[in-house]
This record gives sequence, structure tokens and C-alpha cells, in this order.
Amino acid sequence: MAKITLSKLRHSYYPNPKQPSDYALKEIDLDWTDGGAYALLGPSGCGKSTLLNIISGLLVPSEGQILFDGKDVTSLPPDQRNIAQVFQFPVIYDTMTVYDNLAFPLRNRGRDEDTVKQRVMAIAEMLEVVDMLDQKAAGLSPDNKQKISMGRGLVREDVNVVMFDEPLTVIDPHLKWKLRSKLKELHQRVKATMIYVTHDQTEALTFAEQVVVMQDGEIVQIGTPVELFERPAHTFVGHFIGSPGMNILPCTLTDGAAYFADQPIALEGPIQGTPTGQLEIGIRPEFVSLADTGLPATVIKVSDIGRHTVVECEANGSRISAIIDGQGPAKGAAVHLNFQQSQTRLYVDGWIATQPQEAQS
Amino acid sequence: MKTENQKAWFFVLPVLLLVAFNALIPMMTVVNYSVQETFGNNQFFWQGLDWFEQILRSERFHAALGRQFLFTFLILIIEVPLGIAIALSMPRKGIWVPVCLVLMALPMLIPWNVVGAMWNIFTLPDIGLLGYFLNHTLGIQYDMTQDPIAAWITIVTMDVWHWTSLVVLLAYAGLVSIPDAYYQAAKIDGASNWSVFRFIQLPKMKSVLTIAILLRFMDSFNIYTEPFVLTGGGPGNSTTLLSIDLVKIALGQFDLGPAAAMSLIYFAITLLVSWLFYTLMTKDDLN
Repeated sequence: MAKITLSKLRHSYYPNPKQPSDYALKEIDLDWTDGGAYALLGPSGCGKSTLLNIISGLLVPSEGQILFDGKDVTSLPPDQRNIAQVFQFPVIYDTMTVYDNLAFPLRNRGRDEDTVKQRVMAIAEMLEVVDMLDQKAAGLSPDNKQKISMGRGLVREDVNVVMFDEPLTVIDPHLKWKLRSKLKELHQRVKATMIYVTHDQTEALTFAEQVVVMQDGEIVQIGTPVELFERPAHTFVGHFIGSPGMNILPCTLTDGAAYFADQPIALEGPIQGTPTGQLEIGIRPEFVSLADTGLPATVIKVSDIGRHTVVECEANGSRISAIIDGQGPAKGAAVHLNFQQSQTRLYVDGWIATQPQEAQS
Repeated sequence: MKTENQKAWFFVLPVLLLVAFNALIPMMTVVNYSVQETFGNNQFFWQGLDWFEQILRSERFHAALGRQFLFTFLILIIEVPLGIAIALSMPRKGIWVPVCLVLMALPMLIPWNVVGAMWNIFTLPDIGLLGYFLNHTLGIQYDMTQDPIAAWITIVTMDVWHWTSLVVLLAYAGLVSIPDAYYQAAKIDGASNWSVFRFIQLPKMKSVLTIAILLRFMDSFNIYTEPFVLTGGGPGNSTTLLSIDLVKIALGQFDLGPAAAMSLIYFAITLLVSWLFYTLMTKDDLN
């Protein structure tokens, strides 16, 4: 158990990085609270696995420090950091039985067989694999293999942090649910810090208490799933989280009022500072509605997604999605769109620039 | 409507003919010879299983078979561990990979009789680079034309030089197929280098190693060209392996009957040992 601090962390896979784009990770400062359940969310290639490998010690960062409970572990090898990592593809030792697989990390550390047995049995019970202990691990199904590789991490008494690197990629959809709820249950029982890397927003939002969203080697936003959904700090987060993602519309500012397609758009609240740069309006499809007056648009696609209907419209060359209840209008119909004011935000160069109304008083 | 017909057999016919002419018919000719005594003018006399009995009781055959097993045993026990060791120390990424692979493949590209001739000249005491160096510079008595031990060292070394690459390439193919995650997980689990080899690399190489061992067994057990060119079976009979002896009987003495019987016994032994190897090495996979 430990609090993990990342301080001024930078990493490049090139020996002599010169420009910022040479860095896979650009200046990361982050605290992971002891016992938290975190998700590291971002598209492929955004640096999340690099960050994970730096925490586990498989990679040594080009610059910066990693502290476990204030102790510098930057140069410690993985086996001395007391961490556990579960990989995308289940790693098991084929020739060993399930029991030996689980016992392997303990035996490597010279624990006596009584301790080994007691720990292995406890973990096997937690993972519900007791009846498989005598089987050869090679013959297990993928989800059980993934459980065993998880178990090898948890079997040590002193685990600081358990890290999951897209652990459900190879698991069948119906087992994903089971394994994911198992993970949550484990987190509650073991109380170790858990970091879950994924590019799947559903996995991130269901697992984590705090989600860290990354893009291009940078942390864009850290927040609870609700925060990420309601107030994305960056258009990337708005776009990446949600299905469909946030509508992003180019706009102009005249006398403090935002205009899109010559139509005034009411923002949630006052704008911070004097915005210069690329101005965009962000509004989630959930808060766009069809009305008699408002922004004129043409319907280009209507898709029924079960409980809701997604209406894709075009207005002034931009696409705007709206999620509405019930039957949508016909394709090609002329409609008017209404934005819910409290959910309409202004982004300057991608970053949020408006404050909510209540915050100013 | 589906009509049933037997046309499919025609498609199998070419293969059937090919197998018949290059395996079945020659094989049956050998079987035919093995039960008869031949004289000139194409005269044949029925002998039954006499030749087989004679071969199986023959000291000469026992000695050649013994030498054959010794040779195969020696080259397997050297080439397999050496091949694995070389494969383990080869780079797995970067510009040196193709260089290493080509270097490894080179010996296998050389025609077999050239290999024999090369090593013959190389080790001749008065003109060969190695032979001269050993005898005249280091003063070690080393003459494979006179000394059976030297002859054996030479043919075994030659085979190791020629064929270890095969084991290397197969083992290497097994090694590069191991995902990085295995090594990373092993690091986190605190596994030693030996454990990584024993529990990750060796199991992952097992299927290709089975093939490598089988191929090396069959090839070395049937080896003819290289030792024939190198030592011609001598000095004396000390390096007369089974195939060399067989050719001596069949073509040298023109005893077709005993040679045919010996071929069949030879074939049966190769088949039996290959089967044994294969069953032993794959028996874990079944359960």
C-alpha cells in the first residue's frame, strides 16, 4: 500500500530528444492516492502504457521521479517495487499447475511453503479458482488465465499497486462483465491502489473512482466519471468520452456573446480572461433538443439506438448530433436546434473557458 | 440434383503415380532383392529371411550400427544445447538480426560433398590450415587419416559446423514468437534468468525443438556424403557409418540381397527411433 507520486516525469524513446514531439510522455505531475481505483483512458498511442511501464519499473523515465510513499523508486527494478501488473494477453507459465503459477512470485522471494500455501489458498478462493489448482495452467480458458495472472500479482502480501494494461481485450464480451465486477470486488477487498489502462470508455467509467484522460503524452483531465461527462476540461475529453461525443462548433465572439452561423448562442456563464485563439462551442448531444425556433439545421441521419434516437444534423457546414426521446424527424427535414444553456461551454484552443453561472456569485 | 460419381479419384491419380514411382516401387524392388540371391544373367533364387538373419547376426553390422548411434548421439548432445545457446544470445531486434540469420544460414547452403572436401583439406596435417597449425605450430599429433580419434573429432566437428545452424534457426524462431509481456511479467514476479529459460523460453521453444531434434536425428542417422568424402570410412573401419557400409556391400561387393535386407533393417530402425522420439517428446501435450 502506498501513495504514488509522479514528479516532473518525461519520457522519450529516442536517446537524444530535441523537440516536444520526440517525447512519448510530456511532463507528468500526478498523485495517486493510496487505495484508489484509477483508470488511465486515452486513444492508442497516447502514452498510457508507457506511463504504466514507468510506474512498474519496466521502463526508466528519461527525466523525473517516481515516489512510493515519498521514497524515490525511480531506479528500482520491477521486482523490488512490490507491484503487480496484468497484461493485455494473459501471461501464465504453461508448464506449471495453477497452484505453482500462483506460488511462483512467492517462491522466487524465498517464502517458506506454509506461507506460500496459505496465501495461494486465500487468493484462489478470492478468484474462485480453488477447484482448478491442480490443473495445468495451459489448458485454462482465457478469462481464467487472466484471473491467474491477476492472482500472481495479488498473492504477495505487500502489493503497493496493481496495474491492468487493457486486461479485457481478449476476453469474450459476456465474460468481460463478470471479470470487471470481480475486479471491483477485489479492489474493495484488497484495498490496494489499482490503475486500469484502457481505451474503452465504458471500462474506464465503470471501474474507476477517478479517471485520468491522456492525449499525446499529456494528461488532459483528471476527474470522476461524472465530472468528465458533465464538464470536459478539453474538447478532446468531450469528444472521446460519450457516445456520440460532444458537439464541437467553431464560433466567433462579438461583445462577449458567442455566435455560430450568425446565430447568438447563450453560454453557461462568463468567459474567463480575454480569449484569443481558436474559439469553439461544446455541447453534448444529450443537451441538444429539437424545437420550433433556434439554430436552423438539416437532418442528415437518424439512428435508433434503443432507448434513444440519435439525430445527426448539419448546420453551416458543421455536424451536430442530438439525442432525443422517441421517434426522430425524417432524413432531409429542416429542423431548429436548441442548446440547453447550462450545458453550453466555450473552449479556447481546446481548453474550457467558461465558468458555470453559480460559480461567479 | 446431386449426382454421386467417382471422378474425384482421378484427381488423386497424379500424386498416387508420383508416390508409386518414387517410393513404393523402388521400395518393393528392395523388398524383392532382400529375399533372393542374385547371380549374373538375372538369375534369382529364393532365400526367404536368410539375409535378414545373417545381417542381424553380423558383427560387421553391429559395429556399424554402434558407430552410427554413437555419431548421432554425439552430434545431438552437442548441436541441440549449442544451438539453443546461440539462439538465446542472438539479438532479437535491430539491424544485426538479418546479419546473424544470414551468417547462420551460410553453412547449410554449401553442398554436402563440398563440406566434406573442405574439411578434408582443412584438416590434412601437411597442407590443411587447421591440420598444419595443430601439427606443426602447436605440435599436437593430429592426423585423421591415421588416428581414429582424430577422424571422429573431425567428422563430429564438421557436422556441428554444418548443422548447428538448423537448430539455431528453429530455436530462434521459437524465441522471437514469445511476446514481451512474458519477460515483463517474469521480471515483476522476480524470476531469475534460469527460471525465465526453464518456464518461459524452453516451453515456448518445445514444439520447434521437437522438429529440430527429429530432423537432426534422421539426417545424422542417414548421413553419407560428408563422412564419405572426408574419411571414406577410415582409418580402417573406424568411421564406417551404416550408410557407408551399406554402399560398400551393395555397390562395392555387389551383394544385392544382403544390402537390400540391411536397407530395410536400417529403414526400420530410423522409423522406430523417430517414432519413439516423437512420442516421448509430445506425450505431455496430450493430457
